[in-house]
Amino acid sequence: MEQEILRIENLYFNYSDASVLRDVNFTLHKGDFLGIIGANGAGKSTLIKIILKILPYSQGKITLFGQDLSRFKDNYKIGYVSQKANSFNSDFPATVKEVVMANLYSRKGLFRRYTREDYEKLRIVLDKVGMSGFENKLIGKLSGGQQQRIFIARALISEPELLLMDEPTVGVDAKSVRQIMDIITDLNNQGMTIIMTNHDTPELVKVSGKLLIFCEHGNGEFVSRNNLTMEQINDIFAGRRTHHHA
Amino acid sequence: MPEIFQYEFMRRAFFVAVIIAVIAPCIGTSIVLKRLSAIGDAASHSALAGIAFGLVMGINPILGAVLFSVFAVLGIEALRKAFGKYSEIATVVVMSAGIGLTAVLSGFITSGSSNLNSFLFGSIVAISDFEMYLTIGLGIAVIIVSALLYKELFFVTFDEEAARLSGVPVNGINTVIMLLTAVTVSVASRIVGALMISSLLVIPVAAAMMVAKSYKQTVWLSIGFAEIFTVAGLFISYYMDLRPGGTIVLLGVIFLICVMILTRKRRR
Repeated sequence: MEQEILRIENLYFNYSDASVLRDVNFTLHKGDFLGIIGANGAGKSTLIKIILKILPYSQGKITLFGQDLSRFKDNYKIGYVSQKANSFNSDFPATVKEVVMANLYSRKGLFRRYTREDYEKLRIVLDKVGMSGFENKLIGKLSGGQQQRIFIARALISEPELLLMDEPTVGVDAKSVRQIMDIITDLNNQGMTIIMTNHDTPELVKVSGKLLIFCEHGNGEFVSRNNLTMEQINDIFAGRRTHHHA
Repeated sequence: MPEIFQYEFMRRAFFVAVIIAVIAPCIGTSIVLKRLSAIGDAASHSALAGIAFGLVMGINPILGAVLFSVFAVLGIEALRKAFGKYSEIATVVVMSAGIGLTAVLSGFITSGSSNLNSFLFGSIVAISDFEMYLTIGLGIAVIIVSALLYKELFFVTFDEEAARLSGVPVNGINTVIMLLTAVTVSVASRIVGALMISSLLVIPVAAAMMVAKSYKQTVWLSIGFAEIFTVAGLFISYYMDLRPGGTIVLLGVIFLICVMILTRKRRR
């Protein structure tokens, strides 16, 4: 059995009076690719933010790399890529090198300076996302797709074991979406555990080995992609069937 | 030796101004890029209240300024959370309190109003030993903190959420930025003037952002630009008999406009 990465048991999350997540349960092992699908506001991003400790959960148990989430401190083991295209300030005078290397903090800690090995790591991750030679370019001058690849490189530089991606292809042109999806699939093939949400459901279903499908009100249905046809997935999505657990 | 350097007070003024022109943009880079430029104003107006307090109570006005502006920036941090997305209200509230307090306290200053005036618009003739050593101490502290926390300051300034996820003590770094801003503003108010110091935090950084090709370059260029117009401003003010603080700031604004015009094409 592969190493257990993440276990979520009986997870509930309420926002004000509304129940956003209700009794979510699933376990991920090393190398799993979990796609989270569901309508807007169904709780996809909420779940990712809970795992990242950005949001507190109301009830349940989360175990990350064998540790209770509240005690988990190995930040470098987790990489996070959000939908940067909208929130990113493109006038900020920062180079690709500066942006990517900043995330080495989780490995280095306070006061430590960058070493030769750190610059080697930079070279490797930029190569992985097909952005070699862009080290000294201003990030604001790059296209949306290139910027997003840089943010993937930033997440990768701390050599994480779990990559969380919240709609990483929003606001990115079609060609870049293809490139980004290829990068993500490659990473998964190399053994990286991935959790991803995406507005483009068919695209996400294609690459995910496991799916967490949120119907109307946060009741996440955890299924294995292999056992299902697209039609069956649509049925679950529409709330027409609720068995078929992975 | 040029005539200007034959006077002890001018040598002192140059020395202090050169230090301030290093530390102001160092701090300024963080607050400008975090879109908190107005905090310099709020801190300096609170510093003014502290100066008035010092003059009324008979303690060193710079110490009063440090005390009040530190209190002000901590107050802004606390208030910002209460206003949520309209957090800039906090800055205006604290600035208003500073101005109000200055106005009230100034009524109790018995040693003549010229003293408070010299802090409003800056004065180079009256830098005491204590103030010079305070500036040197602060200068060293700011440079050491900026160098040691360079990568953390960049990360928090560029992307607070990612910095937090990476384990950077974001609240601690933000408090350090705020405290350094408060102390810098207080100490610099003696020479540049409390009403103008915030421009020394902002203008060099604004000019550097027009030409810099990295964050690192932004920091170095803003220090370089601040040195240019601080030193040139002191020369011009001496030979043309102008107020040094105002001359430095106006020179900075002219410099910024020139840089904007020269880089107009590149930025398009």
